[in-house]
Amino acid sequence: MREPTWSAGTYMAEFRSADELNGAVRALTTKGYTRLETYSPVPIDAGIQRGYSKLPLAVFIAGLLGGIVSYAIQWYANAYAYPLDIGGRPAHAVPAFIIPTFEGTVLSAALAAFIGFFLVTRLPQPWHPVFELDGFERTTVDRYWLAVDPADPRGTPDLTARELLALSPLRIVRLEAEA
Amino acid sequence: MTSAVQQAPSAAADARDAWPLMRGETDDATLTDHLLAPLWQGSRTWWLLFALSALGTLLLLATVTYTVARGIGTWGNNIPVAWAFAITNFVWWIGIGHAGTFISAFLLLLNQRWRGSINRVAEAMTIFALVNAALFPVLHLGRPWFFYWLIPYPATMNVWPNFKSALPWDVAAVTTYFTVSLLFWYLGLVPDLASARDRAPTRRARLAYGVFAMGWRGSGFQWQRYRIAYVLLAALATPLVISVHSVVSLDFSIAQLPGWHSTIFPPYFVVGAIYSGLAMVLVLLLPLRRAFRLYDIVTEAHLDAIAKLMLAMGLMLTYSYVIETFMAWYSVDAAERYTYLFARPFGPYAIAYWIMTILNVASPQLFWSKRLRTNTAVLFLASAGILAGMWMERFIIIVTSLNRDFLTSSWHIYIPTWVDWSILAGSLGLFGFLFLLFVRFVPTVAVSEVKALHHELARRQPSLRDA
Repeated sequence: MREPTWSAGTYMAEFRSADELNGAVRALTTKGYTRLETYSPVPIDAGIQRGYSKLPLAVFIAGLLGGIVSYAIQWYANAYAYPLDIGGRPAHAVPAFIIPTFEGTVLSAALAAFIGFFLVTRLPQPWHPVFELDGFERTTVDRYWLAVDPADPRGTPDLTARELLALSPLRIVRLEAEA
Repeated sequence: MTSAVQQAPSAAADARDAWPLMRGETDDATLTDHLLAPLWQGSRTWWLLFALSALGTLLLLATVTYTVARGIGTWGNNIPVAWAFAITNFVWWIGIGHAGTFISAFLLLLNQRWRGSINRVAEAMTIFALVNAALFPVLHLGRPWFFYWLIPYPATMNVWPNFKSALPWDVAAVTTYFTVSLLFWYLGLVPDLASARDRAPTRRARLAYGVFAMGWRGSGFQWQRYRIAYVLLAALATPLVISVHSVVSLDFSIAQLPGWHSTIFPPYFVVGAIYSGLAMVLVLLLPLRRAFRLYDIVTEAHLDAIAKLMLAMGLMLTYSYVIETFMAWYSVDAAERYTYLFARPFGPYAIAYWIMTILNVASPQLFWSKRLRTNTAVLFLASAGILAGMWMERFIIIVTSLNRDFLTSSWHIYIPTWVDWSILAGSLGLFGFLFLLFVRFVPTVAVSEVKALHHELARRQPSLRDA
């Protein structure tokens, strides 16, 4: 599930600690909420189902392609387009080609992991509705937020607010901005 | 017997708790502000060091310009000593660059939590060392403005690089290592840059860090994908720790020169690289720890761990020295025996050889003592000694193998010129220049990782006060 906290009407509750946030997520999940998102200064394991990331597969394929292309370039350059006979050594020199092939593999895979991360998280994203919240900047310091998407099948505007209040957060706000 | 069994677990627990990974009762906001404080306020010492290193950088610029304008005849190397300071500096710098990836990637995969407090410094060091390293082979080309001929591209001349040569291997290895190190460093920085953005006192700083933080907001989804990407990059960077210096060592071992042509070279070089890199980490970390009062973040546990690693690397390096010499004797090859058993220890560069042996072999032996492993003065001096010793090692490998050629008529004593010395000094200046900029403008400690570690420790033992 991608981040569901886009639309207006999202309820956001602020907590003081990771434990409180984890507890809140667990409480809402048992009530049947499914479209939740957390915001935290450190990675937390709130147990929200997110599905498999396709990033490892993409990185594997990119590495494989990088290796093949690196080898092909060397074969083309040294064995096909411009073979040099130096002391009778074979033009198609497999052991010598292994090193740039390895480097090409790692380089392509690393670039795929890096670029892939920014693609799947849709960064860079200079503006996001949550940035409009006063005090949200403390999320990268010491505050923890829980967001409930208005499209959540379990929630309704009245009920969500009441159930969030029962978790005794520092405050609850409703996002008004349209993405 | 029974009592020993009973005592064992408690003794182990004591040893673990002797030095905590973190110290002090603190909250997240204080911790964040403490770690980000160097970004908002300079100091006179910083300016002084910055001016000094800027002078060094100017020296580098001037001597490099002179070299490019006049040609590498301004250097002391000449046939048969075609490689000298330039390649020594290249191998030395690139070796130093190894500790960064070793600490950040290798130790991440091995789940060594202590890396979190020092990995940022080590990674920055790696990148700046690689900037320096890459400079030397390019200058050594003689016509550095044609360096792009090493890149395989469809040129109008229809000439391609020869991949059977070690030079394109170096290009592939160094550019890959530099790129992957940079990506890894930057990815690790993103959450901390967001912290800096959100703590910035001025609008300008907020905008600058905001641009580099890319709109990070710490959502659960972002964190989860971030960790996947980070571990993937670590897994990809880990083989590079082993491979880059192995490739560099092939520059030597594929040649048929006594002193170079040896199968021990790849592991021998890798061990030496991590050894010198850890020494450089300590040389940078100890003053930083003092200047920014990081005593609670970089504790004795970290110094102890680095010193132990250095001891291990030092012993492996000693083993390589012994085996290398033994194999020369065992080969019954006159040229091999002459190089290892006579030319190096008793030849014209004997002083450098013995300095190298004493510094590299003897100084890590200090770290058998638990007390000396956490004594900052000893650590700093030993690390500086090891750095000097490792530079000597590369000099010995390169120059003593070349200066006494197979034909005695072509023997030649290599003497570095003032340009050689100035470029070496200048590259140290550039390294300091870049590192000081990093210290002032980039979070030097991985804030989010340290906070996560702090939470974990606090959960494990409710009070951190006992330390």
